[in-house]
Amino acid sequence: MLTIPRVLHDQIVAHARRDHPDEACGVLAGPAGSDRPERFIPMTNAERSPTFYRFDSTEQFGVWREMDDRDEEPIVIYHSHTATEAYPSRTDISYASEPNAHYVLVSTRDQDQTEFRSYRITDGEVTEEPVTMVE
Amino acid sequence: MAIEVRIPTILRTYTGGAKQVEGTGATLGEVIIDLEQRHGGLRDRLVDDGGLRRFVNVYLNDEDVRFLAGLDTPVKDGDTVTVLPAVAGGQGGTG
Repeated sequence: MLTIPRVLHDQIVAHARRDHPDEACGVLAGPAGSDRPERFIPMTNAERSPTFYRFDSTEQFGVWREMDDRDEEPIVIYHSHTATEAYPSRTDISYASEPNAHYVLVSTRDQDQTEFRSYRITDGEVTEEPVTMVE
Repeated sequence: MAIEVRIPTILRTYTGGAKQVEGTGATLGEVIIDLEQRHGGLRDRLVDDGGLRRFVNVYLNDEDVRFLAGLDTPVKDGDTVTVLPAVAGGQGGTG
């Protein structure tokens, strides 16, 4: 289960809406081993594409080092789909490389409603999990 | 000559859980070959026939080696090599 503060949920949705029709991506960092997302880190989609995303590698290095210095880890890795449902694509599954992270997918295909779902992706296997929002 | 190499979580199965290992060599490619002798299987996760795998990022100190000379990037004693899995995906062409 993913437990997420409402303010972080809202920041992810706002980022996805802002970058639509391109895919938006980023990280929620939290204390290592805590499973508690605390810090919103929007990332640059180096692909600037409506169908792909990739963290900018130089930016990723800085963010990962900062997390390391703060004893944090990526608790959530999020990105948006802008024309399909919020379910991991084959591409998402093949590149998923953080077995401990919650993979959040947001769909902005519907203008009025944003789908927000969370998954674990381990060894090519996708497991959806419930999302609980806390204040 | 020792180069410190930082290993991401997903590749630590090859290093017995170690976050950090040491290698030697004059170039990044040589360091990877040296690591392979003690951490079998690691090389395959980092390089293929075409050079560095596309969805692995390797940094020398704080620079992506793709902007340097890739596997031919010279390294020296005291350098740090960091490996991070690229974070990528997307709905793609197949949904």
